[in-house]
Amino acid sequence: MSAIGTGYDLSASTYSPDGRIFQVEYATKAVENSGTAIGLRCKDGVVLAVEKLVQSKLMVPGSNRRILAVDRHSGMAIAGLLADGRHVIKRARDEAENYRDIYRVPIPGKMLTDRIGQYVSMHTLYSSVRPFGSALLIGAVDTHGPQLFLVEPSGVYWGYAGCAIGKGKQVAKAEIEKLKLDELTVAEGVKEAARIIYAAHDENKDREFQLEMSWIPVANGGRHQPVPPEIQAEAEQYAKDALLGDEMEDDDDDM
Amino acid sequence: MTTVLKAGEVDLGTTIMAVEFAGGVVVAADSRTTTGAYIANRVTDKLTKVHDRIYCCRSGSAADTQAVADIVHYYLQLYSVQHDEAPTTRVAASLFQELCYKNKDNLSAGIIVAGWDAQHGGQVYGIPLGGSLHRQPFAIGGSGSTYIYGYCDSAYRENMSRDECVEFAKNAVALAMARDGSSGGVIRLAVITEGGVERLFVAGSDLPRK
Repeated sequence: MSAIGTGYDLSASTYSPDGRIFQVEYATKAVENSGTAIGLRCKDGVVLAVEKLVQSKLMVPGSNRRILAVDRHSGMAIAGLLADGRHVIKRARDEAENYRDIYRVPIPGKMLTDRIGQYVSMHTLYSSVRPFGSALLIGAVDTHGPQLFLVEPSGVYWGYAGCAIGKGKQVAKAEIEKLKLDELTVAEGVKEAARIIYAAHDENKDREFQLEMSWIPVANGGRHQPVPPEIQAEAEQYAKDALLGDEMEDDDDDM
Repeated sequence: MTTVLKAGEVDLGTTIMAVEFAGGVVVAADSRTTTGAYIANRVTDKLTKVHDRIYCCRSGSAADTQAVADIVHYYLQLYSVQHDEAPTTRVAASLFQELCYKNKDNLSAGIIVAGWDAQHGGQVYGIPLGGSLHRQPFAIGGSGSTYIYGYCDSAYRENMSRDECVEFAKNAVALAMARDGSSGGVIRLAVITEGGVERLFVAGSDLPRK
């Protein structure tokens, strides 16, 4: 990416001669530097989890949330710049409300994602704006069951059975691929999500992190809500035990 | 609220109804359209298709209800393209209600929306004059309906078959047509199921007599 000095990276409305838009690629970099965020589409619901890197010990636990509710049946997780992500989620909330006003039913995950994709894409077309430095995981339960999408800074989006973004996405993706997502329940999914976030965390680079998790169980009427504290604590314990188990295995190998 | 017709306005002084059954709905209407005492059309079709498996029964001003049905038809076409699937009856009814409520001061429209969708099966929604929305197992509307409330409440039974619903609708509309001066002509019906829409017709000379 040798765009610096060429002048082709100054605006999102200018292509480079080989057809790239550097501002969008830089925005993607902002996402890659963020804490890991994962989503699992289980057989009976969706799980969202993020590794929230804590910059300061003085920060109040639970502040600067990276998973937010959009509507009763859907939530979004932010990877990348928090402020940009919150702005997009505000838009998502407006879209969800607007859809409800017209059709009197919750917005389907696909429609919500499409509208957000268009909104994000609009910010890659004009020189007066910059692309969003965040990618968004969108979880929803609608009439078609559990849904999971990822919207990238370019505005493209894909539906996933499981996906990961941020710093630890390589590790997380490898772990998610081992799961049998269409057999996994959300209760199991929460545990696996916690384990994967803990596994993807790089202790040497970032010391402190908070695990933030939400779920949308179909059984609960498809409501998006934070994972209850006792279940989250259980999942974190499972994650720590699994990590410890791995380390001991590694030690055995050394001997 | 000006729900009074303008001088010379075409009225659907009407009898309309819709009934749910296990696999779908039956919609029915008389066929009389009047301008004052003059019968402008004696074979009107007051059952209007707004999507493949969603119909509305129109009563009130012919112009108003046609306009509203046209707008909803457009919205539902758009919906099915954007969502890549057919709209539910509930969505169609919500769109009707939105238009009827927002423009209540300028409309005289009493509409029954009925249809079949994969999610809920057969459903009936009534939208009377003020623009409220009512989910009902069966609905009756129009000037003629006032004469058959008693009959309908007494003759309606839960879990009727398709054929029983057709008979129920035919009898009810025929009774209303007999008493209501603004209803008459023939009976038009439609049976909406997963398989599609079947249109039925009862000639004025073959009306059921009880």
